[in-house]
Amino acid sequence: MSVVASLKNLDRELTRFHGRLKAGALFVALLAAVLLARGYYLQVDQHDYYIQRAESNRISLVPTAPNRGLILDHKGRILAENYSAYTLEIARAQTADLEATLAEVGALIEITPGQLRRFRRLLGESHEFETVPLKSKLTDEEVAILAANRYRLPGVEVKARLFRNYQAGPGMAHVVGFIGRINDSDLKKLRESGRERNYKGSVHIGKTGLEQSYEALLHGRTGFDQMETDASGRAVRMLSRIPPVPGKDLRLYLDLDLQAVAEHAFGDYLGGLVALDPRTGGVLAMVSRPGFDPNLFVDGIDPEAWKGLNESPERPMVNRVLRGIYPPGSTIKPLMALAGLELGIRKPGDSIVDPGYFTLPNSRHQYRDWKRGGHGVVDLRKSIAQSCDTYYYRLAVDMGIDRMHDYLAQFGFGEKSGIDLEGESSGLLPSRDWKQRRWKKPWYPGETVIAGIGQGYHLTTPLQLVTATAMLANGGRRIEPRLVEAIRDPFSHAWQPLPPTVHGQVKIDPANLAEVREGMLDVMRPGGTAVVAAAGAAYAIAGKTGTAQVVGIKQGARYDESKLARHHRDHALFIAYAPADDPKIAIAVLVENGGHGGGTAAPIARAVMDYYLTGKRPGTMKLEATSDGAD
Amino acid sequence: MARIERGPMRWLRHLDPILLMLVLAVLAISVAVMTSASGQSTARISGHLINIGLALAVMVVMANVPPHLLSKAGPPLYVVGVVLLVGVALFGEIRNGSRRWLDFGVIAFQPSELLKLALPLMLAWYFQRNEAVLGSRHFAIGGVLLLLPFLLILRQPDLGTALMIGASGFYLLFFAGLPWKVILAGGVLGGASLPLAWRFMHDYQQQRVLMLLDPSSDPLGAGYHIIQSTIAIGSGGLFGKGWMEGTQNQLDFIPERTTDFIFAVFGEEFGYVGAILLAALYLAIVARGLTIAARAPTQFGRLMAATLSLNLFTYVFVNIGMVSGILPVVGVPLPLMSYGGTALVTLLLGMGILMSVATHRQLNKT
Repeated sequence: MSVVASLKNLDRELTRFHGRLKAGALFVALLAAVLLARGYYLQVDQHDYYIQRAESNRISLVPTAPNRGLILDHKGRILAENYSAYTLEIARAQTADLEATLAEVGALIEITPGQLRRFRRLLGESHEFETVPLKSKLTDEEVAILAANRYRLPGVEVKARLFRNYQAGPGMAHVVGFIGRINDSDLKKLRESGRERNYKGSVHIGKTGLEQSYEALLHGRTGFDQMETDASGRAVRMLSRIPPVPGKDLRLYLDLDLQAVAEHAFGDYLGGLVALDPRTGGVLAMVSRPGFDPNLFVDGIDPEAWKGLNESPERPMVNRVLRGIYPPGSTIKPLMALAGLELGIRKPGDSIVDPGYFTLPNSRHQYRDWKRGGHGVVDLRKSIAQSCDTYYYRLAVDMGIDRMHDYLAQFGFGEKSGIDLEGESSGLLPSRDWKQRRWKKPWYPGETVIAGIGQGYHLTTPLQLVTATAMLANGGRRIEPRLVEAIRDPFSHAWQPLPPTVHGQVKIDPANLAEVREGMLDVMRPGGTAVVAAAGAAYAIAGKTGTAQVVGIKQGARYDESKLARHHRDHALFIAYAPADDPKIAIAVLVENGGHGGGTAAPIARAVMDYYLTGKRPGTMKLEATSDGAD
Repeated sequence: MARIERGPMRWLRHLDPILLMLVLAVLAISVAVMTSASGQSTARISGHLINIGLALAVMVVMANVPPHLLSKAGPPLYVVGVVLLVGVALFGEIRNGSRRWLDFGVIAFQPSELLKLALPLMLAWYFQRNEAVLGSRHFAIGGVLLLLPFLLILRQPDLGTALMIGASGFYLLFFAGLPWKVILAGGVLGGASLPLAWRFMHDYQQQRVLMLLDPSSDPLGAGYHIIQSTIAIGSGGLFGKGWMEGTQNQLDFIPERTTDFIFAVFGEEFGYVGAILLAALYLAIVARGLTIAARAPTQFGRLMAATLSLNLFTYVFVNIGMVSGILPVVGVPLPLMSYGGTALVTLLLGMGILMSVATHRQLNKT
């Protein structure tokens, strides 16, 4: 190739190169245009969208749970209070291998089998992303150990949680109730009532007792912190804050000392007691035995402990005052007598001769009096004082079941008393209509006869009995029983009393009422069925004994022989109010398998009334005192 | 001039002032952004400054190496690079699922890094030798020289690096005068074979491409990077949130934000106006490089200068395209901005070659 040709080639190649340079520049310009167009799209066109995405990235609302309101007794002593404690919680979703994690944690700090069982139960009830407590109330040392090992235990968290302590113990468990972890059904209820947002950040909710019925007041309002958070979700700083509003405190009518006296008076017996102030409806004492330790439930109960409570034949979880239903027995007699007078069927002076039994016309069946041979000549006062069955068999027949039903209904039988606790039973006040509806059967005259002495279909709770008793004491005013006397605002600290709710007034002729009251006073006097229980009282008591056949609480199958004998005994009942001339306390006592009301139930009531009215604490009271044998 | 030629400052006379100013401007921006992105970590900032100093020194040295000497280094570097790549294929160490590293006991080394410069040098040397007699035979041999390392890197597998190295080789062939019809045919053929290539892609590579099409399909997994960086850029708006004020940056939402994703920090804090300025600086560097290429006296200088310029912008495009969500996530740093000594040194080494080509023009004549 000649030099000239070579130079020509060189020239051509150089020209081509310059053309390629231009093409390259064009290519670069094209790429740059693509980038700038993309930038325009992101930063100008879609800026609003992305700025909002960035904001929601960085800002998160962190709920702060409010302090739960306290529950105090009448004298201001704490029944339920808060404390914060460190808990060990496990976020299942973040653990690689749950079992391995549990084993590692177990090697670091002590985890009891009970805690492990509880953890597994809660795990089954919770969602994948929730954290589940493994151990509560960690010691400082345990917190330190866990903190030091946190890096190798993903999903293991130590959290400061608010807990509830029930220092009044098992005796108050039925009244105060307990809180527990929010479960699916709680969540559903919260959602339906539109309160779900207020429970963001809350772990617990009232499950029973006052904790349940006053949940809305006790819980308070959840606050929200607007936090700036980084990519790992860690809060960097607070942007703004809506502080939580603590729950309201509750003060009860109930006096812890009176409650203790009542508890003590029961001795080994099971049963229920409720005392009201007949002027206000305030619940002065409410005992249901046996109790249980409410603290077991606060952070989820161990399944074994739950099984023990739930399957115990003594049924400690049932509040007998509210939910135990028993035939009223002879405690219905003062009201029957009043009905007889008010309806004009009896006059105070009317008397019968009691042969010890009653027969319906055209029937040979004998309805026997509890006293063989009868009480002789019996007027209204004596019929109450000696609890004469024959008198009431006849009265009931003369009255008829419908009039009996209508009159007793005015005193609250057959419907809920309206107390500020949930789960109350309405009992059963039978009538012709009811039997037709419920059983599609006619009413038999014999059923009227036994209804006269509180047997048969009639079922009542101790709470209904005490409400009716309070009406006898206050002259017929029906007031809803209420535990909470006042609520305290967390900011002003002022107690705001809750006014009594009066359901109405039964019109009663004072002369008739006085006659019945005299009968109830006679119960406590010589010749009466509870004379022993009234001995030495510094004030006058009006009372009535009763016996309930064992039907209310179904019995488990695991009773042993020695207990069988006892549980076949009747339940003892007693109602009373005092002082008779100016009633300040009305009371109903149920002693399961206590036999005669005058023997076991009346002395318990006496101890409570003594302490309430005179401040006298009982010595060791003998519950099995021999009575006059009467009912 | 005599003073400079004799004193120690004589080293500096081979620097191209315009290119130097532009490079220093981008480096200054990188220090500011690094300060913000690292959360004012002194370790990161001083590390970056040391890298810059080192890379600038390398640039000065390279600027003083005459192009004709440099061109002689092409063939041996290329041969060593390819041999090492074969060594990787046979004895390489597997990291993160691919065989890319050679472990020499003291240092572990990715031979593919070497090829980034060795391939253009080799090709430029080759076309320089055959200047004025270029025919299709030479382009065919050039193609083989390109494909050899490309395929070796592709099967490591490292698609990103293979494509970047393939691009630099292609630019060189292009500037050497590869006929348009060949380029066109190659483009058509390449487009047609895309579905085939998809079948040969590894799972994670397919995943990256899919993620690009719909990042929200896996917002906490592989799509997270793209989502967070586009949020950062988009939320920056026209003027940005201000230096050290980017929430996506400061609160850790941007992954890898001192290295591959540093543009997301820049875009968030300096906005579209900042992005235009940065793009203008890059374009000015490319323009200066192409000008140097146009004025270069030798074939080698022309080809190297043009290829290095286009190569730089390719890195810019791939990185920003990836960070702003129009290209798949491949590990390509943003030139002159991202943290990382190797990439910075390689890049300023290229700038040094550009300066050498620019300043040895007159010297060659004398």
